[in-house]
Amino acid sequence: MPNSPSSHDSYPGLRRRGFLAAAGGAAGLGALALTGCSGSGTTDHSAAGGESTPRRGGRLRAAFAGGGASETLDPHLGNLFADAARAKALFDKLADYGADLSAEPRLAEKWEPNAALDRWTVTLRQADFHNGKPVTAADVLYSYRRIADPEKAYRARASLEPIDLKASRATGERTVEFVLKRPTAELPNVLAAFGTYIVPDGATGFDRRPVGSGPFRFVSFVPGRSTVLRRNDDYWDGAPHLDELEFVVANEESARVNALLGGQVEYAHELNPATGRAHEKAGSIEIVRLRNSAMQAFAMKTDRPPFDDPRVREAFFHIADRKELVDGALSGAGEIGNDLFGKGYEYYADELPQRVQDIDRARHLLKQAGAENLKVTLDTSAVATGFTEAAGIFRDQAARAGVTVTVRTGSKDSYWKDILDSGTLCCYRSGAMPIESHISQRLLTGSTTNATKWQDKSFDTLYQQAQSTKDKAGRDALYGRMQRQLHTRGGFLVWGFGDWILGTARSVRGVAREAPANTLDWARFDKVWLA
Amino acid sequence: MNGLRSWIARRLLLGVAQTGAVVLLVFALTEALPGDAAVAFAGDQPDPARIAAVREAMELDEPAHVRLADWATGLLHGDFGTSLTSGRPVAAFLADGFGPTLLLATLTVLLLVPVGVGLGVLAARREGRLTDRLISSATLGVYAVPEFALGVVLVSVFALRLGWFPPTAVGYGTDLLAHPAALVLPVLVLLARPVCSLSRLVRAGMIEALAAPYSAQARRYGISGARIRYGHALPNALAPATQQLARTIDWLLCGVVVVEALYVIPGLGTVLMNAVADRDIPVVQGLAVVFGLATVVINLGADLVTHHFAPRSGVAA
Repeated sequence: MPNSPSSHDSYPGLRRRGFLAAAGGAAGLGALALTGCSGSGTTDHSAAGGESTPRRGGRLRAAFAGGGASETLDPHLGNLFADAARAKALFDKLADYGADLSAEPRLAEKWEPNAALDRWTVTLRQADFHNGKPVTAADVLYSYRRIADPEKAYRARASLEPIDLKASRATGERTVEFVLKRPTAELPNVLAAFGTYIVPDGATGFDRRPVGSGPFRFVSFVPGRSTVLRRNDDYWDGAPHLDELEFVVANEESARVNALLGGQVEYAHELNPATGRAHEKAGSIEIVRLRNSAMQAFAMKTDRPPFDDPRVREAFFHIADRKELVDGALSGAGEIGNDLFGKGYEYYADELPQRVQDIDRARHLLKQAGAENLKVTLDTSAVATGFTEAAGIFRDQAARAGVTVTVRTGSKDSYWKDILDSGTLCCYRSGAMPIESHISQRLLTGSTTNATKWQDKSFDTLYQQAQSTKDKAGRDALYGRMQRQLHTRGGFLVWGFGDWILGTARSVRGVAREAPANTLDWARFDKVWLA
Repeated sequence: MNGLRSWIARRLLLGVAQTGAVVLLVFALTEALPGDAAVAFAGDQPDPARIAAVREAMELDEPAHVRLADWATGLLHGDFGTSLTSGRPVAAFLADGFGPTLLLATLTVLLLVPVGVGLGVLAARREGRLTDRLISSATLGVYAVPEFALGVVLVSVFALRLGWFPPTAVGYGTDLLAHPAALVLPVLVLLARPVCSLSRLVRAGMIEALAAPYSAQARRYGISGARIRYGHALPNALAPATQQLARTIDWLLCGVVVVEALYVIPGLGTVLMNAVADRDIPVVQGLAVVFGLATVVINLGADLVTHHFAPRSGVAA
């Protein structure tokens, strides 16, 4: 095919599927997390009990679902959990997310905004790349400009949008001044966003010998099969306990479990609830559940009938029996939602009353809206765990309120694009990200992936206000107001939060359990050891 | 002999035409799938601007017939094109995936022929007796088990419970010969159904041939039972069996998707699954060409063998 090679060089690893449902710059679900993050050096309750002092040495093999022969080590191209985990081992970001999805400093030692919140000075810590060169402001600017290149389609580009990279500059060897297009109180979220890894100035090819500043150094890589890494003894956050780390790819869940049970790997990512239950008590492997990793919802398009009437949306909020959905569609591996994203995360409005099924109220609201005997089509697809099950359960629940739901199953590979603009009601899922990112990517008038078509001027204004409010309590109040608005009349019927389940061999210690998908401690192998 | 040669030439020409038709059909079907490589790549972040940028970079904005013509032109020069999703040459994908699939297929066929024919002959010789009934019911039963289920059962018994074999080939990459134990279970799963169908065919063919008048005549001439069985009856039974074997090889080469996924063997089946999910048309097309040509050549071979064993049955061109 006479495609010019250049056009392909820009996509050395385009890959799909992935992250699914995770959407967004910060996205992703899944999660495991190793403990002992910053500072304290304590590990939380790790697996198999018998916490001991970390032991050095050994090779840990970790099985992930992968992207096949088209995988790449380019940290800006990654889409999959396997990519995210590998990138985390080889590279660093300026910041990363804690268990509550608030940004924690990583390569950035500190950040300081000006009074108007539109200029931020970020000071880098002393850290070296694997080739011995220090991480400098120039590397940061190069990395961010690479991600933001309008000719390319790197995933994190949308996340970096608030930063004016032309005007931003290095003010010292280790200080960067970011100039922003508008006040942005949550800039640290941007610095922690998915895929915003720092690579050396001028780096382009990553599959041969990627150089990062992460806890592991590159040894070998065969796309779709295996990636071998070795401990970086000079890592700024302390050298990993493991000598070597190998990522292997097994797309089939049963293959990952079998490899773990058979001792071929010590860590298996992304297991299903049935597997989790079967082995939780059996004791031959350790099951780790990362709570709050995947929001499960139905998305109602608020700009078209019947959901352009807030009473219909509220009626639907009352139709859902959340416990039944969690038990049926997630096999009980999760907890119920309250029509808001980000349970347990920073700024989450947990003071709002938990919504419960109320069929009479739903009927009453529908009658008020003149929508008795309502018929709607619910789009679903086998694109994510529990989607088709959730659709069937909700159909039966809706029938009790006199609503006829027709379930329509769509293509897996184009589902996310198909539901963005068409249809009225669909199954939706999202990985962990800060509540602010969820809002900016999906709920503002100009958001690029606004699946509920929530376009509300007063809501936009509140968001902008929050972004120009320096004091945290003030922002908290504003996010509270936004969430109350969504809770009463928004388009997301958030019925649950799924666990992310992983398995480890009993010899593995130091795997953090309080880390939703995609946070710092998820898939973090530098704090793990083999007992 | 001349007739045979022109027959082979006609068959080859026909085969090339068939391969071309398969490629066209695959292209049309892949085009008809919802979404394209750009949409598949965007996944859960379907930002329209991003999809447009990817589409442009992948040159998917060209009309379908232009893309097909470009690709076909390259193919005539032996160039399989470039993968949309990775930018690597398709030929490299195929070469990487071919090794493991070929290894699995070869091992399976090497075991399949003696085991399948042996069981068939044994059952035919003991027709109606206990051995025959055992073989017949066992083959019928095993044939009814889907590969995936069989694979799972074999793993739980022989890998996880007894610990005789590794449960998967994860991490071994393409160097499977260095880990022969990892091949046992996949080959068993691959063997299970073809052994059943082959042995049943051989059994039926042999029983029929032994009951045929010419066998009775041979017996009347005093020819030994063994010679009748192996010199006269077996070749007749082998003709349909060879056809079946050819179809089995097609099936083996076409990926054995289930077995590869279950045991994490990075062969052509895995490449195909990923390429379809990615809408990576050049890779799918490349696979279609390889599978098409392999099918044509193998079936041609099978026809020649049939012709050799049972010349009177004639070969359909």
